[in-house]
Amino acid sequence: MANFLDDHRNRVVRFQKQYRKKQIASHKLDIPERLFLKCPFCERSIHRDILMQNAYVCPECGNYFPLTARNRIGMLVERDSFNELDHNLHSLNPLDFPGYEDKVKQNQELTGEVEAFVGGIAKISGHKVCIGVLDSHFMMGSMGSVVGEKVTRLIETSVRERLPLVIVSSSGGARMQEGIFSLMQMAKTAAALAEHNAAGLFYLSLLTHPTTGGVSASFAMLGDIIIAEKGALIGFAGKRVIQQTIREDLPEGFQTSEFLLEHGMIDIVLDRREVKPMIGKLLAFHACEA
Amino acid sequence: MTANSRAWDKVQLARNPKRPTAKSVVAALAPDFVELKGDRLFSNDYAIIGGIGTIADRRFTIIAEEKGTNLEERIKNHFGMPHPEGYRKVMRLVRQAEKFHRPVLFLIDTPGAYPGIDAEARGQAEAIASSLRFLFTVKVPLIAAVLSEGGSGGALAIGIADHLIMLENATYSILSPEGFAAILYKDASLAPQIADTMKLTAQDLEQFGIADEIIAEPGGGWHLDNDAPIISLKRSVLAELKQLERLDSETLLKKRTAKFRAFGKYQEGNN
Ligand SMILES: [Zn+2]
Repeated sequence: MANFLDDHRNRVVRFQKQYRKKQIASHKLDIPERLFLKCPFCERSIHRDILMQNAYVCPECGNYFPLTARNRIGMLVERDSFNELDHNLHSLNPLDFPGYEDKVKQNQELTGEVEAFVGGIAKISGHKVCIGVLDSHFMMGSMGSVVGEKVTRLIETSVRERLPLVIVSSSGGARMQEGIFSLMQMAKTAAALAEHNAAGLFYLSLLTHPTTGGVSASFAMLGDIIIAEKGALIGFAGKRVIQQTIREDLPEGFQTSEFLLEHGMIDIVLDRREVKPMIGKLLAFHACEA
Repeated sequence: MTANSRAWDKVQLARNPKRPTAKSVVAALAPDFVELKGDRLFSNDYAIIGGIGTIADRRFTIIAEEKGTNLEERIKNHFGMPHPEGYRKVMRLVRQAEKFHRPVLFLIDTPGAYPGIDAEARGQAEAIASSLRFLFTVKVPLIAAVLSEGGSGGALAIGIADHLIMLENATYSILSPEGFAAILYKDASLAPQIADTMKLTAQDLEQFGIADEIIAEPGGGWHLDNDAPIISLKRSVLAELKQLERLDSETLLKKRTAKFRAFGKYQEGNN
């Protein structure tokens, strides 16, 4: 646990290196540059510590760096307070879909994670919570059997321990390679939340870029309070599918956090740097009076 | 991956324009059906029919996705693709069913929830999510049947049930084969070849334990003889209701949750 931050820092470096190689072929991070990350928008190099202190928001241009699940957890919870649950749940290939095992393995190597969701018990601003985070770097944060199971178990733990629940979503939606099993995870997580809801427990859902498809249409939109990071893409159907169906241009700002707020679908839109204090405040509002 | 797959034949049968749609099934099952419209919030979604009817001697709330039977109707019904107000109407009518202790029959036939600007603005994701969570709390028996096409969250949102029936040539999947091929192979025209890999037939779903029962269709498809599958469906629904009515509401909900809780394949521990 003590090395959690260092460990995850190393992992981030490794990940960023590979990710960047894929994303921006011309840009290679060599070893002396490791402490610095280049903002993809303003192209300035920023020291990792400064970036972390600024909630992974570029201090120069305000760009949000994409966060891994562990970045996010490190950012939100009290130092060394995170106890991971169900780390070793592995995907199988329920449809015998060609190439799926390899795809999962590639993503495991790329991210250093077993799957696209990291969950556990931690402290946020002095409050013990169940917290889970989807990692959009792992197969787009898509929900297959493992993600659905881990989300469900986290909700069940939250009910059993009578703890508030915080889930941070970022997902392309369904894990296509798991077909109908992926679809059923929407039902499974919603069923667990029905029990959570009946138990009178607090569920805060934080939507980050991007939250779409089967994740938005299940646990992500069922928070007692739903917060979105500003500028995030949030929606059910993909933009291309909508365009092909209606054959019209989509309005400016369609399916953004601000669009959802305007249409009454979420409670609050926040700058990423304001998220942690707001979660602390909302947890305090729902804390049992001792 | 050259020949069209067997599953694709079923996809074509399920989409055959001569295949009966939900409306005619409702009329045959419950001749006294009264349609009840509207979500009381925004509008009435024609993609979903809801109302009350008597099947044999039992009163049901019946909710059915309806694609339409001619072009005019299909356009009005958005080809059976519900908007959020459709799912909100479902929740209203199921709540009403619960109040009057009526069991609910869902008839599923949709390519998926409608992908559009208005649907997103009015909260398609929220409507589906809320319907899913809500149906796990409903204390009357819920029986669902996939008549033809069970597409994605649009089908699942009315597919939370104690018993799921599928017609022999019905399909139930995460996405249409075209959408699936477009996402995974960047080419929607590969749909006929990849449909098998999706495992979307009633037989696949029964093997997975997701579908509980399959209703036989006449050789060549339901459109060749409309009556026989409806008679079987009626018999199944009534028999299942008898079973479900033996359970107290607490057991009913526990069993419903446990059924869905078990879906998913994964491995625990280091691999
Ligand atoms: Zn920048």
